[in-house]
Amino acid sequence: MYEFLKDLDKRWIFLLMFLCVTIPIYVIAKTGKSFPEVPTVLSEAVFQAVEDLGQGDPVLLSFDFDPASEGELGPMATAFVRHCAEKKVKMYFMALWPVGPQMIDDAIAKVIHSDFPSLVYGEDYVNLGFKPGNEGVIKVIVTDMRELYTTDDIGTSINDIPMMKNIHSVQDFDLVINVSAGYAGTKEWVQYGSTPYPDKIKIVAGCTGVQAPLLYPYIPNQLPGLLGAIKGAAEYEKLVIDKYGGNDPDPKYLEAKRRMGPQLVAHLLIILLIILANYIYFVEKKSGVSV
Amino acid sequence: MNRETLISVSLLAVGAIFIIGRVLFSEYGMGKAYVQAVEVRSSGSEEDLSWTKYESTTQRKYHEAVKKDPDQNDYQFSLSRTLGIWVAALFTLFILSFLYKDNPLYKIAESVVVGVSAAYWMVVGFWTTIVPNLLGKLSPGWIKSWAMPGLDTEAELLYLVPLVMGVMLLWRLAPQGTWISRWPLAFIIGTTAGIRLIGFLHADFLGQIRNTIMSLIVITPETGFDLWESVKNIIIVIGVLSSIVYFFFSIEHKGYVGKTAKLGIWFLMITFGAAFGYTVMGRIALLAIRIEFLLNDWLWLIDPSNIRI
Repeated sequence: MYEFLKDLDKRWIFLLMFLCVTIPIYVIAKTGKSFPEVPTVLSEAVFQAVEDLGQGDPVLLSFDFDPASEGELGPMATAFVRHCAEKKVKMYFMALWPVGPQMIDDAIAKVIHSDFPSLVYGEDYVNLGFKPGNEGVIKVIVTDMRELYTTDDIGTSINDIPMMKNIHSVQDFDLVINVSAGYAGTKEWVQYGSTPYPDKIKIVAGCTGVQAPLLYPYIPNQLPGLLGAIKGAAEYEKLVIDKYGGNDPDPKYLEAKRRMGPQLVAHLLIILLIILANYIYFVEKKSGVSV
Repeated sequence: MNRETLISVSLLAVGAIFIIGRVLFSEYGMGKAYVQAVEVRSSGSEEDLSWTKYESTTQRKYHEAVKKDPDQNDYQFSLSRTLGIWVAALFTLFILSFLYKDNPLYKIAESVVVGVSAAYWMVVGFWTTIVPNLLGKLSPGWIKSWAMPGLDTEAELLYLVPLVMGVMLLWRLAPQGTWISRWPLAFIIGTTAGIRLIGFLHADFLGQIRNTIMSLIVITPETGFDLWESVKNIIIVIGVLSSIVYFFFSIEHKGYVGKTAKLGIWFLMITFGAAFGYTVMGRIALLAIRIEFLLNDWLWLIDPSNIRI
């Protein structure tokens, strides 16, 4: 076995990984069954932060991601919009990434246009679009929104949008929801939003797996809730579906839960590979082979 | 023909036969996109304007509409979006083919991604920075007339400063006087460093010190002594202190200092392990979405959202 593993072509590992991801996707899609999820404290904190909002409360949703991380963050964005729509809060969308407005449009089409057609653009939700400047944008809009946002994403003057009437800065929002794939994202929102204004700006976030460990030190004082990667998305989806999904939830609201199947099998493969690699290491160390 | 080429050619041939068979001989084909015509009316302007917008729809809705009324025009097959799906699918396969070995298809996909990204950034930069943030501030009336009808601001001549600095920055491309670009560059570096320094100092340095000042024995009015919260806080404080000791090189790591530094290494290793675990999860999620795209949107082998007949 040692001889076989020692010289194993890495392309076999790629093939194994491909099968470990593809087969669960196929089986779950065909059977409609997925693995159960148990929400963690952090996901519950995010859910509760949205749940505590009242009808008509203003919420800023900053979608700072692009198609490269849509697989991880798309389900989170969908669940956030669904939850906000169910709570009947006013949704203000913005983006610090240039492709963010397309992600916003996708979420709006997927959730609001198809399941909440009674919501009116400009009165119940608005897309403020992308602004360049990364953390510079946050630093300006925490005190003056109109300094940067003179129009919405399609060029309508801010002054002509009814729901912008009482919004002057980020401090006027009851909650900031950030879906982040990197720089600029949750870290910058914490640095220039919730940290300087701890009593006025409350932020919860969903982020990629790569980012999550870097954001843990901010919990809970600077960042009350965090959805880490597809696992966090699946937990949040479950909380939203349990409360608002009914008996036969639409499959589009279960994307993250479905994607946890390949995660489980692929992780088992990774664990197996780590064990085998350590086995080779110790056998070579014992036999005096230079490693 | 060597073994690797034989495998590559065989895989390509099998794949091509499968796709041709699926396109020609399955009832509904594969990889098609449909749109729904939606009429949009503008009530804000003086004239009564209306136009047609095409939104994505499902194959099921299209076929149901055709079955009901074969002459209907509300639901249509979209050639451009279908081409988009096929290009995305083929480029996904081209990129993944690198895992087998470097090849011309991968090189094509890589070059296209780089070229398209550069062009995209240039266009986005023009329409989101130059037009609204520079020209829109200097001459709002002119920008309102052709680019941003909703723009409602006064001219701000202060924005001549960034205009001049922008020109100075581009001077780098001139054959002479490239040193001129160093002045705006110095300004950019200085302001960025200043903004970021305050952010890190406030949120990370001071914020993290404050977050670490916590009760080691947690007693709540409701439950009394909370063992797990206490243990959690003790671990955080020990972890922070021992990790800091590891990075403290003014004292030789011997005796108590050495043992504490070793404990710090353990905490760091656990942190790196957690970060690696999260990274693995993120990367698998990215692979899963591409495979889901290939099986669902392109090949129509699965239909998790129940959108096709």
